[in-house]
Amino acid sequence: MSQTNSGKDSQASEAKKAISLPISRVRLIMKSSPDVSSINQDALFLTTKATELFVQHLALTSFNNRSQTEANTLNYSDLAKTAEESDTFHFLTDILPKKILAQDYLKTLEQMQDEDSDF
Amino acid sequence: MAERPEDLNLPNAVITRIIKEALPDGVNVSKEARRAISQAASVFVLYATSCANNFAMKAKRKTLNAGDVLAAMEEMEFERFLEPLRDALEVYKKDQRGRKEVSEQKRRDKERKADSENEKSREEEEEEEEEQQHMEEEPEEEAEEEEEDN
Repeated sequence: MSQTNSGKDSQASEAKKAISLPISRVRLIMKSSPDVSSINQDALFLTTKATELFVQHLALTSFNNRSQTEANTLNYSDLAKTAEESDTFHFLTDILPKKILAQDYLKTLEQMQDEDSDF
Repeated sequence: MAERPEDLNLPNAVITRIIKEALPDGVNVSKEARRAISQAASVFVLYATSCANNFAMKAKRKTLNAGDVLAAMEEMEFERFLEPLRDALEVYKKDQRGRKEVSEQKRRDKERKADSENEKSREEEEEEEEEQQHMEEEPEEEAEEEEEDN
Protein backbone atom coordinates (compact mmCIF):
# COMPACT_ATOMS: atom_id res chain seq x y z
CA MET A 1 0.00 0.00 0.00
CA SER A 2 1.19 3.44 -0.82
CA GLN A 3 1.36 6.14 1.75
CA THR A 4 -1.42 8.66 1.56
CA ASN A 5 -0.64 12.30 1.10
CA SER A 6 -0.71 14.17 4.32
CA GLY A 7 -2.45 17.01 2.55
CA LYS A 8 -5.46 14.89 1.82
CA ASP A 9 -6.35 13.49 5.16
CA SER A 10 -6.24 16.82 6.92
CA GLN A 11 -9.32 18.07 5.11
CA ALA A 12 -12.55 16.87 6.60
CA SER A 13 -14.51 18.88 4.07
CA GLU A 14 -12.69 17.11 1.28
CA ALA A 15 -13.83 13.77 2.63
CA LYS A 16 -17.40 14.95 2.73
CA LYS A 17 -17.51 15.73 -0.96
CA ALA A 18 -15.36 12.71 -1.82
CA ILE A 19 -18.20 11.28 -3.87
CA SER A 20 -21.06 13.01 -5.62
CA LEU A 21 -23.02 10.04 -6.99
CA PRO A 22 -25.69 8.68 -4.65
CA ILE A 23 -24.41 5.55 -2.89
CA SER A 24 -27.96 4.20 -2.52
CA ARG A 25 -28.47 4.19 -6.27
CA VAL A 26 -25.17 2.47 -6.90
CA ARG A 27 -26.11 -0.18 -4.35
CA LEU A 28 -29.41 -0.71 -6.15
CA ILE A 29 -27.58 -1.30 -9.44
CA MET A 30 -25.10 -3.66 -7.77
CA LYS A 31 -27.89 -5.58 -6.10
CA SER A 32 -29.68 -6.02 -9.40
CA SER A 33 -26.93 -8.47 -10.25
CA PRO A 34 -28.38 -11.87 -9.35
CA ASP A 35 -25.29 -13.49 -7.77
CA VAL A 36 -24.54 -10.69 -5.37
CA SER A 37 -25.74 -11.34 -1.85
CA SER A 38 -24.17 -8.59 0.19
CA ILE A 39 -21.77 -5.71 -0.21
CA ASN A 40 -19.84 -4.10 2.59
CA GLN A 41 -19.66 -0.35 3.09
CA ASP A 42 -16.10 0.03 1.78
CA ALA A 43 -16.83 -1.94 -1.38
CA LEU A 44 -19.87 0.21 -1.99
CA PHE A 45 -17.89 3.39 -1.51
CA LEU A 46 -15.12 2.17 -3.82
CA THR A 47 -17.53 1.18 -6.57
CA THR A 48 -19.23 4.57 -6.39
CA LYS A 49 -15.90 6.37 -6.52
CA ALA A 50 -14.69 4.13 -9.35
CA THR A 51 -17.83 4.94 -11.33
CA GLU A 52 -17.06 8.63 -11.06
CA LEU A 53 -13.49 8.06 -12.20
CA PHE A 54 -14.84 5.96 -15.04
CA VAL A 55 -17.23 8.70 -16.20
CA GLN A 56 -14.38 11.22 -16.21
CA HIS A 57 -11.99 8.87 -17.95
CA LEU A 58 -14.52 7.93 -20.63
CA ALA A 59 -15.47 11.56 -21.26
CA LEU A 60 -11.90 12.80 -21.44
CA THR A 61 -10.60 9.92 -23.56
CA SER A 62 -13.46 10.36 -26.01
CA PHE A 63 -12.99 14.10 -26.16
CA ASN A 64 -9.26 13.77 -26.82
CA ASN A 65 -9.86 11.22 -29.58
CA ARG A 66 -12.77 13.09 -31.15
CA SER A 67 -12.96 13.00 -34.90
CA GLN A 68 -13.66 16.70 -35.42
CA THR A 69 -10.77 18.17 -33.46
CA GLU A 70 -11.78 21.72 -34.27
CA ALA A 71 -15.23 21.21 -32.72
CA ASN A 72 -15.56 22.02 -29.05
CA THR A 73 -18.27 19.42 -28.51
CA LEU A 74 -18.33 15.88 -27.25
CA ASN A 75 -20.71 13.88 -29.43
CA TYR A 76 -22.16 10.42 -29.33
CA SER A 77 -19.96 9.35 -32.24
CA ASP A 78 -16.86 10.18 -30.19
CA LEU A 79 -18.01 7.81 -27.45
CA ALA A 80 -18.83 5.06 -29.92
CA LYS A 81 -15.38 5.53 -31.45
CA THR A 82 -13.72 5.14 -28.05
CA ALA A 83 -15.69 1.97 -27.31
CA GLU A 84 -14.65 0.53 -30.62
CA GLU A 85 -10.99 1.49 -30.59
CA SER A 86 -9.97 1.21 -26.94
CA ASP A 87 -9.43 -2.15 -25.28
CA THR A 88 -10.48 -1.03 -21.82
CA PHE A 89 -13.71 0.50 -23.09
CA HIS A 90 -14.48 -2.36 -25.40
CA PHE A 91 -17.13 -3.77 -23.04
CA LEU A 92 -19.25 -0.75 -23.97
CA THR A 93 -19.62 -1.62 -27.65
CA ASP A 94 -23.02 -3.22 -27.03
CA ILE A 95 -24.53 -0.10 -25.53
CA LEU A 96 -22.51 2.35 -27.63
CA PRO A 97 -22.99 0.96 -31.10
CA LYS A 98 -21.44 2.92 -33.88
CA LYS A 99 -24.06 4.56 -36.01
CA ILE A 100 -23.55 3.93 -39.69
CA LEU A 101 -25.57 4.58 -42.77
CA ALA A 102 -27.53 1.65 -44.13
CA GLN A 103 -25.80 1.96 -47.52
CA ASP A 104 -22.38 1.77 -45.85
CA TYR A 105 -23.49 -1.24 -43.88
CA LEU A 106 -24.64 -3.03 -47.01
CA LYS A 107 -21.33 -2.23 -48.65
CA THR A 108 -19.33 -3.74 -45.77
CA LEU A 109 -21.62 -6.73 -45.80
CA GLU A 110 -20.88 -7.28 -49.48
CA GLN A 111 -17.16 -6.89 -48.87
CA MET A 112 -17.30 -9.42 -46.05
CA GLN A 113 -19.09 -11.89 -48.27
CA ASP A 114 -16.47 -11.36 -50.96
CA GLU A 115 -13.71 -11.98 -48.44
CA ASP A 116 -15.43 -15.10 -47.23
CA SER A 117 -15.72 -16.46 -50.73
CA ASP A 118 -11.96 -15.99 -51.20
CA PHE A 119 -11.26 -18.78 -48.76
CA MET B 1 -34.81 -4.21 -5.38
CA ALA B 2 -35.03 -2.19 -8.55
CA GLU B 3 -38.66 -2.03 -9.48
CA ARG B 4 -38.54 0.15 -12.56
CA PRO B 5 -35.84 0.10 -15.22
CA GLU B 6 -35.09 3.78 -14.61
CA ASP B 7 -34.07 2.83 -11.07
CA LEU B 8 -30.90 1.51 -12.63
CA ASN B 9 -30.00 4.89 -14.06
CA LEU B 10 -27.70 7.29 -12.33
CA PRO B 11 -28.94 10.85 -11.78
CA ASN B 12 -28.34 12.88 -14.94
CA ALA B 13 -27.53 16.11 -13.16
CA VAL B 14 -24.69 14.52 -11.20
CA ILE B 15 -23.34 12.69 -14.25
CA THR B 16 -23.36 15.94 -16.22
CA ARG B 17 -21.49 17.73 -13.45
CA ILE B 18 -18.83 14.99 -13.30
CA ILE B 19 -18.38 15.11 -17.09
CA LYS B 20 -18.03 18.89 -17.06
CA GLU B 21 -15.42 18.67 -14.32
CA ALA B 22 -13.35 16.26 -16.40
CA LEU B 23 -13.42 18.26 -19.63
CA PRO B 24 -11.73 21.58 -20.38
CA ASP B 25 -13.83 24.67 -19.75
CA GLY B 26 -16.30 25.62 -22.46
CA VAL B 27 -16.66 22.15 -23.96
CA ASN B 28 -20.21 21.22 -24.89
CA VAL B 29 -21.55 17.74 -24.37
CA SER B 30 -24.44 16.73 -26.58
CA LYS B 31 -27.55 15.37 -24.92
CA GLU B 32 -27.09 12.06 -26.66
CA ALA B 33 -23.50 11.83 -25.42
CA ARG B 34 -24.58 12.57 -21.86
CA ARG B 35 -27.20 9.87 -21.95
CA ALA B 36 -24.71 7.42 -23.43
CA ILE B 37 -22.13 8.13 -20.73
CA SER B 38 -24.76 7.69 -18.05
CA GLN B 39 -25.75 4.32 -19.47
CA ALA B 40 -22.11 3.37 -19.80
CA ALA B 41 -21.65 4.19 -16.11
CA SER B 42 -24.48 1.83 -15.13
CA VAL B 43 -22.94 -0.91 -17.25
CA PHE B 44 -19.60 -0.20 -15.61
CA VAL B 45 -21.15 -0.72 -12.16
CA LEU B 46 -22.63 -4.05 -13.24
CA TYR B 47 -19.41 -5.18 -14.86
CA ALA B 48 -17.34 -4.20 -11.82
CA THR B 49 -19.82 -5.89 -9.49
CA SER B 50 -19.72 -9.08 -11.49
CA CYS B 51 -15.90 -9.10 -11.54
CA ALA B 52 -15.67 -8.31 -7.83
CA ASN B 53 -18.22 -10.99 -7.07
CA ASN B 54 -16.09 -13.56 -8.89
CA PHE B 55 -13.20 -12.74 -6.59
CA ALA B 56 -15.45 -13.03 -3.53
CA MET B 57 -16.84 -16.36 -4.70
CA LYS B 58 -13.35 -17.68 -5.40
CA ALA B 59 -12.47 -16.85 -1.80
CA LYS B 60 -15.77 -18.44 -0.64
CA ARG B 61 -17.03 -15.19 0.79
CA LYS B 62 -20.59 -13.96 0.49
CA THR B 63 -19.89 -10.30 1.08
CA LEU B 64 -18.08 -8.12 -1.45
CA ASN B 65 -15.27 -6.19 0.17
CA ALA B 66 -12.87 -3.41 -0.80
CA GLY B 67 -10.21 -5.88 -1.96
CA ASP B 68 -12.65 -7.50 -4.38
CA VAL B 69 -13.49 -4.15 -5.96
CA LEU B 70 -9.82 -3.23 -6.31
CA ALA B 71 -9.04 -6.63 -7.82
CA ALA B 72 -11.93 -6.11 -10.24
CA MET B 73 -10.46 -2.77 -11.36
CA GLU B 74 -7.18 -4.50 -12.12
CA GLU B 75 -8.91 -7.24 -14.05
CA MET B 76 -10.91 -4.68 -16.03
CA GLU B 77 -7.65 -2.92 -16.92
CA PHE B 78 -8.52 0.18 -14.96
CA GLU B 79 -5.28 0.05 -12.96
CA ARG B 80 -5.09 3.82 -13.25
CA PHE B 81 -8.01 4.01 -10.78
CA LEU B 82 -6.24 1.97 -8.10
CA GLU B 83 -4.25 4.72 -6.48
CA PRO B 84 -6.99 7.37 -6.44
CA LEU B 85 -9.37 4.72 -5.10
CA ARG B 86 -7.01 3.68 -2.30
CA ASP B 87 -6.48 7.31 -1.35
CA ALA B 88 -10.20 8.01 -1.37
CA LEU B 89 -10.91 4.92 0.74
CA GLU B 90 -8.31 5.98 3.27
CA VAL B 91 -9.95 9.40 3.60
CA TYR B 92 -13.39 7.84 3.72
CA LYS B 93 -12.43 5.39 6.46
CA LYS B 94 -10.83 8.12 8.49
CA ASP B 95 -13.94 10.22 8.06
CA GLN B 96 -16.19 7.32 9.09
CA ARG B 97 -14.04 6.65 12.13
CA GLY B 98 -14.16 10.33 13.02
CA ARG B 99 -17.88 10.42 12.54
CA LYS B 100 -18.30 7.30 14.64
CA GLU B 101 -16.32 8.83 17.45
CA VAL B 102 -18.25 12.06 17.17
CA SER B 103 -21.59 10.29 17.10
CA GLU B 104 -20.57 8.09 20.03
CA GLN B 105 -19.51 11.14 21.94
CA LYS B 106 -22.78 12.79 20.98
CA ARG B 107 -24.70 9.72 22.02
CA ARG B 108 -22.96 9.65 25.38
CA ASP B 109 -23.59 13.34 25.84
CA LYS B 110 -27.17 12.88 24.80
CA GLU B 111 -27.67 10.03 27.20
CA ARG B 112 -26.17 12.01 29.99
CA LYS B 113 -28.22 15.01 28.98
CA ALA B 114 -31.31 12.89 28.58
CA ASP B 115 -30.78 11.41 31.99
CA SER B 116 -30.39 14.74 33.63
CA GLU B 117 -33.18 16.20 31.51
CA ASN B 118 -35.44 13.37 32.49
CA GLU B 119 -34.78 14.11 36.06
CA LYS B 120 -35.12 17.77 35.39
CA SER B 121 -38.31 17.45 33.44
CA ARG B 122 -39.72 15.20 36.08
CA GLU B 123 -38.86 17.81 38.64
CA GLU B 124 -40.23 20.52 36.41
CA GLU B 125 -43.42 18.64 35.82
CA GLU B 126 -43.82 18.17 39.48
CA GLU B 127 -43.05 21.79 40.02
CA GLU B 128 -45.48 22.82 37.32
CA GLU B 129 -48.13 20.68 38.82
CA GLU B 130 -47.38 22.11 42.14
CA GLU B 131 -47.38 25.59 40.67
CA GLN B 132 -50.71 25.01 39.07
CA GLN B 133 -52.03 23.73 42.28
CA HIS B 134 -50.61 26.64 44.12
CA MET B 135 -51.66 29.22 41.55
CA GLU B 136 -54.94 29.78 43.16
CA GLU B 137 -53.49 29.36 46.57
CA GLU B 138 -50.40 31.10 47.75
CA PRO B 139 -47.66 31.04 45.04
CA GLU B 140 -44.33 29.39 45.87
CA GLU B 141 -40.80 30.77 45.54
CA GLU B 142 -40.36 30.34 41.78
CA ALA B 143 -43.78 31.54 40.89
CA GLU B 144 -43.19 34.51 43.06
CA GLU B 145 -39.94 35.33 41.24
CA GLU B 146 -41.64 35.11 37.86
CA GLU B 147 -44.31 37.42 38.96
CA GLU B 148 -41.74 39.83 40.18
CA ASP B 149 -39.97 39.73 36.78
CA ASN B 150 -43.16 40.57 35.05
